[in-house]
Amino acid sequence: MSDGEIRVAITSDQDIVAARQSGRALAAELGFSATDSTLIATAISELARNIVSYARKGEITVKTIHGPSRQGILVIASDDGPGIPDVLQAMRDGFSTSGSLGLGLPGVRRLMDEFQIASQPGRGTIVTVKKWKQ
Amino acid sequence: MEVPILKQGDVLIATFQAALSDADLNHLRGGLVRQVVKHRSRGVIVDVTAMDVMDSFASRTLREIAHMIRLRGAETVIVGIQPEVAFAMVQLGLTLEGVATALDLEEGLAYLIQKFKSVEQRE
Repeated sequence: MSDGEIRVAITSDQDIVAARQSGRALAAELGFSATDSTLIATAISELARNIVSYARKGEITVKTIHGPSRQGILVIASDDGPGIPDVLQAMRDGFSTSGSLGLGLPGVRRLMDEFQIASQPGRGTIVTVKKWKQ
Repeated sequence: MEVPILKQGDVLIATFQAALSDADLNHLRGGLVRQVVKHRSRGVIVDVTAMDVMDSFASRTLREIAHMIRLRGAETVIVGIQPEVAFAMVQLGLTLEGVATALDLEEGLAYLIQKFKSVEQRE
């Protein structure tokens, strides 16, 4: 079983597909159910899309994590883009500045078990999400 | 990646693959509408059985395809949304409001034939 991490550079919409496929492959390897693997792949797709839409380029990292009694999957979406001026507002359903999606972050939070976001205007955004194996 | 579009009488059938990029989806949206015009199709079936992820962009594109085709006077039905994909869509907050869906190709075709009949009865 691979314990390494997978990094996918996100620079175009093609990379969104590559990132979610890597996440699904790792989830399958860890024995996640088909439903949970799909939730993880969908979350990665949204996070990678945010990078392409708002920051143009960034990176998705997917890795195995070990809890006290179970394994999980960690996804980090990072970019050096413009950052999010008001994170609380961005976490509300229906909010979008690119006028296109508006569901991204709150939706991703619902798909995963744990969700963290750190963003600094002008410096970039890091979203960290986890899903634990049931 | 090319999406095959089959013509079956008055109906066009587009079969989506698993790994469609945003560019592929945009390309398909234009292509399908052009084909509907060219063949004077009355119905379109979009088969998404092979799609393993339906994110916000993919569902928005499907909605746009259905609405564009409706403006042209034809009907669209989306078939084959997998159970786990449906679950993820609901969690993410995505709806395909105003878009017809059916279990599979057969049911989608039955839906369209029913639609055609009700239009003919009105005429």
